[in-house]
Amino acid sequence: MTVINQTRRDLVKGASALGLVGLSAFAGGCATIGGNAKPKVVVVGGGFGGATAAKYIAMWSEGKIDVTLVERGDAFVSCPISNLVVGGSRQLADVTIGYGGLEKYGIRRVKGEATGFDPAKKTLALADGTSLPYDRLILSPGIDFMYETLPGLATGEAKSRVLAAWKAGPETVALRNQLTAMKDGGVYAIHIPKAPYRCPPGPYERACQVAWYFQQAKPKSKVLILDANEDVVSKKGLFTKAWNGQYKGLIEYRNNQEITDVDARTLSLKMSFGDDVKADVLNVLPPMRAGNIATANGLNNSNKRWCQVDWLTYESTAVPGVHILGDALQIAPAMPKSGHMANQHGKVCAAAIVELLTGGTVSQTPMVANTCYSFIDDKNVVHVASVHRYDPAQKTMVTVQGSGGLSAEQNALEGVYANSWARNIWADMLT
Amino acid sequence: MDTAFFTRGTVGVACAIAASFAFAQTPAASPAPDKNLGRNLAANCANCHGTNGKSVAEVPSLNGVPAALTIQKMKDYRDGKLPATIMHQLAKGYTDAQIEAIANYFAKQPK
Repeated sequence: MTVINQTRRDLVKGASALGLVGLSAFAGGCATIGGNAKPKVVVVGGGFGGATAAKYIAMWSEGKIDVTLVERGDAFVSCPISNLVVGGSRQLADVTIGYGGLEKYGIRRVKGEATGFDPAKKTLALADGTSLPYDRLILSPGIDFMYETLPGLATGEAKSRVLAAWKAGPETVALRNQLTAMKDGGVYAIHIPKAPYRCPPGPYERACQVAWYFQQAKPKSKVLILDANEDVVSKKGLFTKAWNGQYKGLIEYRNNQEITDVDARTLSLKMSFGDDVKADVLNVLPPMRAGNIATANGLNNSNKRWCQVDWLTYESTAVPGVHILGDALQIAPAMPKSGHMANQHGKVCAAAIVELLTGGTVSQTPMVANTCYSFIDDKNVVHVASVHRYDPAQKTMVTVQGSGGLSAEQNALEGVYANSWARNIWADMLT
Repeated sequence: MDTAFFTRGTVGVACAIAASFAFAQTPAASPAPDKNLGRNLAANCANCHGTNGKSVAEVPSLNGVPAALTIQKMKDYRDGKLPATIMHQLAKGYTDAQIEAIANYFAKQPK
């Protein structure tokens, strides 16, 4: 699309000028155009953030706002619970849900790939050459991988030999197939990039799931966790207890394991310090940044990796009229990049947009909560939880003092709750 | 029963807000009240308890539950009087007024 070819400064300048006019025009203007034209919201990305925002705008505006959801996939595939597909206790179908449940809210679904947007004309461009007009645009683009940091994974063939499998879908199944094809006595190695990355406890949960599978089927095999971070990023005590307990001798954890590249042919990691590390199944989570559409359109105004937003509306601080949700955000302190958080972003953003487009007042006191369950095996689960409120002085989200915490220890009751959580959050976004 | 309880709570909140406005001199003073506070905060609960409190799985539904019951449970979780896996940690994230707003919203949702 055309905006990309302008300099970023021009884009932002033009957009800011528009924003100044926009503020006053939105309050009365959009709601009254012609008396019958409804304000339009276009949402890009049908994951935890986008699908939730689409549903809640339609529901809370009671049909006063036209909502279109642009999604390239045929169905939603959940990252949460998908590590159990890697471990073999679930199938991909168990974490796949269609978008049909959103039809009853009057949400229009467009299957396609959004490529860019024109903030002056307020149109979203799709890969097929069509465009969609919007009054407010919501992007929930998730993450993309910084493969430029790992030249050895440049080709498609290399990426299929050394999987990330960090977006649930065909790669999840491909990783499972690599594990089932591996000989007993082999080594599965997972490399974790420096934080921030999507789903802080996810890599450690995956290591547990693979170890659980090895225990059943390949007891001579090993799981090697190579963490670029100084220490376990999330749920440390709970994970290390399992690694020193039921998975003793099966899982080895190494910290400060930075890599310079990956050799996909030999399935080995080039370490910043020390010898190459070779594995039989090599799973590399490359460093991550905001999804492509955000990066390509100048929304990644935090270290050129993540997107900054106004926490009252989730409106980009780079381009007015464009709201961003989920893992693509430069998060506030202690707010993890999780599906649960993205769902909560979606609701705060939905409430704000309904007010902005119907002449109301945006809440100045939003709150979000996070609940994150990790499976240690096929039944036992640990959680971390937190509650966050908007702090007007700091203009950011802060953890409510005294709230939140961890499981005392892994337990099967929370396994039931984790599955219940999944069914309810999937329903909350999709039905 | 819970109606009286809630009315008392609402008056308390209203007074607190009025008072904060009366003495508000700086932009950092208390913001305007959110007319959808109950709805918006109850949406925090939906991930586990279902949209508008209607659960589709094992975790209990909250829709149509009398406000006084939800308020009491939340306070008991917060104060450690009710054993929990996670609710004692989440309940500590909300003030009495916020809990009342959430509970009242769920009470009005159809079963």
